Amino acid sequence: MPTAIEVRGLTKQYGELVAVGGIDFEVPAGTVFAFLGPNGAGKTTTVEILEGLRRRTGGTVSILGLDPWTDGASLRRRVGVLPQEFRFFDKITAREAIEYYRTLFGTSVDPAELLARVELLDKAEARFDTLSGGQKQKLGLALALTNDPEICFLDEPTTGLDPHARRALWGVIRNLRSSGRTVFLTTHYLEEAELLADRVAILHRGRIIASGTPAEIVRSHGRPARLSVEAAPALAPLLVRDLGVSARAADGRVEVELADRHDALRVLAAIDRSGIPWDSFSTEVDTLEDVFVRLVGRMDEGTLKAEAPA
Amino acid sequence: MNGRRIGADLAVVYRTYTRNPIALFFSLIFPIILIGLFGLIFSTIGTGTTTLYVVNDDHGSPTSVAFLSALNNTTVVKVATVNVSAASFGAWLGDHDDPVGLVIPDGFGANYSAGHPVNVTVYTDPQDAASSGEVLGAVNGVVSQFNLEAACHGGTCTPVVGVLTSQVGSPSYSTIDYLIPGLIGFSILTSPMFSLVDISSTYRKEGIFRELSLTPLTRGEWLSARIVWYVLLTFVSAAIVIGFGAGVFSAHVKLNLGLVPFLVVGPFFFVSLGMLCGSVSKTPETAALIGNVLTFPMMFLSGTFFTVSSFPPGLQTVAHLLPLYYVIDGMNQVMLFSNTTRALTDLAIVLVASVVTFLLAVRLFRWRDE
Ligand SMILES: Nc1ncnc2c1ncn2[C@@H]1O[C@H](COP(=O)(O)OP(=O)(O)OP(=O)(O)O)[C@@H](O)[C@H]1O
Ligand SMILES: [Mg+2]
Repeated sequence: MPTAIEVRGLTKQYGELVAVGGIDFEVPAGTVFAFLGPNGAGKTTTVEILEGLRRRTGGTVSILGLDPWTDGASLRRRVGVLPQEFRFFDKITAREAIEYYRTLFGTSVDPAELLARVELLDKAEARFDTLSGGQKQKLGLALALTNDPEICFLDEPTTGLDPHARRALWGVIRNLRSSGRTVFLTTHYLEEAELLADRVAILHRGRIIASGTPAEIVRSHGRPARLSVEAAPALAPLLVRDLGVSARAADGRVEVELADRHDALRVLAAIDRSGIPWDSFSTEVDTLEDVFVRLVGRMDEGTLKAEAPA
Repeated sequence: MNGRRIGADLAVVYRTYTRNPIALFFSLIFPIILIGLFGLIFSTIGTGTTTLYVVNDDHGSPTSVAFLSALNNTTVVKVATVNVSAASFGAWLGDHDDPVGLVIPDGFGANYSAGHPVNVTVYTDPQDAASSGEVLGAVNGVVSQFNLEAACHGGTCTPVVGVLTSQVGSPSYSTIDYLIPGLIGFSILTSPMFSLVDISSTYRKEGIFRELSLTPLTRGEWLSARIVWYVLLTFVSAAIVIGFGAGVFSAHVKLNLGLVPFLVVGPFFFVSLGMLCGSVSKTPETAALIGNVLTFPMMFLSGTFFTVSSFPPGLQTVAHLLPLYYVIDGMNQVMLFSNTTRALTDLAIVLVASVVTFLLAVRLFRWRDE
């Protein structure tokens, strides 16, 4: 598979502040790549460097084999961009905006069809300054698609969208992918990344702290699967003694780590045998979100410790 | 430069403009309000004593001084001695408002004392019969008085001083005539300047320029669309000002194709200048400040409301540094004086300034963060 985006040793400094501290990644063509990270991690900075809107401090960036800063003119027709805060001419309607872009790009999209695709057809004749936040976002997405781009950069495309609209956008992204387009998106919704992305990277203070497929990240950074049962705390030491598993009690529940699926049956049988009353139970595995929160939390703790005076 | 893209952008400008009634009001109606206002002011202060421009070639002889002070005492005219040659006086008057003049010839005093006939020349304005009549009456009155004194003094009773009349070389212009090119200049300056300073800085702040930078539209095309728009707007606004001035205040304007280049180059310059202000400023506030610093002196000192020739010399020098002066002066030359050479010079100056400013604006105008 050819590489759509290749980034090597990318750095960006704003004066003293290192917003991006040397990152590497590759996005194969035809895949969805999700960039995750807490506020201020450097996601927008990175995306805008890839789009050719910001000049990088160091490293190399190749978008479809071109340098976005110097070859912007030739890349423009091949990439689509939805910025984090999309703004447009206040007095222009959604339909007019698309017609405008259509002429600028010299393409022949049907505004109605494009607006229907992003579920904004009912607002085709509404002026930009009368659109709601989510509707503006949808128009931004429609404009990003007017030139039928090979790569779409979507910076927080679903922020501010209602649950229904978010699912519609997921549909758009899946369609892009199935028609061979590359999508680079940033998001704060981990389940979205898990659902859509072939690969994700978690950015923290300008550095990538984990990357891979969502499953790989959960496997290598997540905790083992757990069985959680509603029972008295006394159950925990009993299970530790009888089964040699690790278990702990909290909030009226006892949580037991499972080495594999079969462990669950063993543990349940032991609980039943113990004679301690118990109620509902469930098994739990880490989601990408759990991993994200733990990873970022640990990094922050680490940096806090490092920054604390000795 | 791609015409289709400029056209598409022009449609955006047109819609933005026409859907914002305040902006439309300012660029089209404001000059009319001004012309009404100034027309009223000038027609009220116009009815006072008439200024009589005098060339005294008798080098301040006691007789000529007495003659002029007698004229002043009539209170019909106010004598203003000017320093031009009698030969070019007619043309000189033609360049001024309300041109009535008087020439006292060399040897006036000596001839008068000796009882030799001598003539003064009155220049009248064929377009302004009322003040010409008043002036002629006043001069004839003073002349009779002098002749009477000469007759009694010399013993014989023949009139010594005669009055010749001459018409001012070129047709005369009233203040309202000057106001027409001035106000066209006013809209050429203000509409593009205020708007471009504003949008160039706010579009950048709001990220609209970054948005556009991701399309094939170039900065030159973007600026060109604005220039085309303001040229069109200037034509409409000039038509309104001319129509209103001629219809309501009977201004004399020669409609002349020579006006067209000024209506094109003027907006070209000020769109570029407004863009330049926005480009060199980091925030909309700074841009507005720089814009105002450039706009306001030009608004008053370029011959918009007051003719530059009526300024003190220092201020005239300042006026000659302002590009709008050449736009307005050029339009005056075309619309009033038919002075093609001077109009072409003015046009050349504005054109050079425009090209330089345009190139500078396109160069310094940043779509994205550098
Ligand atoms: N133009 C700028 N000048 C100076 N500092 C900047 C600039 N833009 C961003 N930064 C800083 O760079 C860091 C990264 O910002 P960036 O916008 O890339 O974060 P982000 O990951 O997109 O955050 P969010 O999730 O909140 O959108 C932040 O600390 C921010 O303050
Ligand atoms: Mg961001």
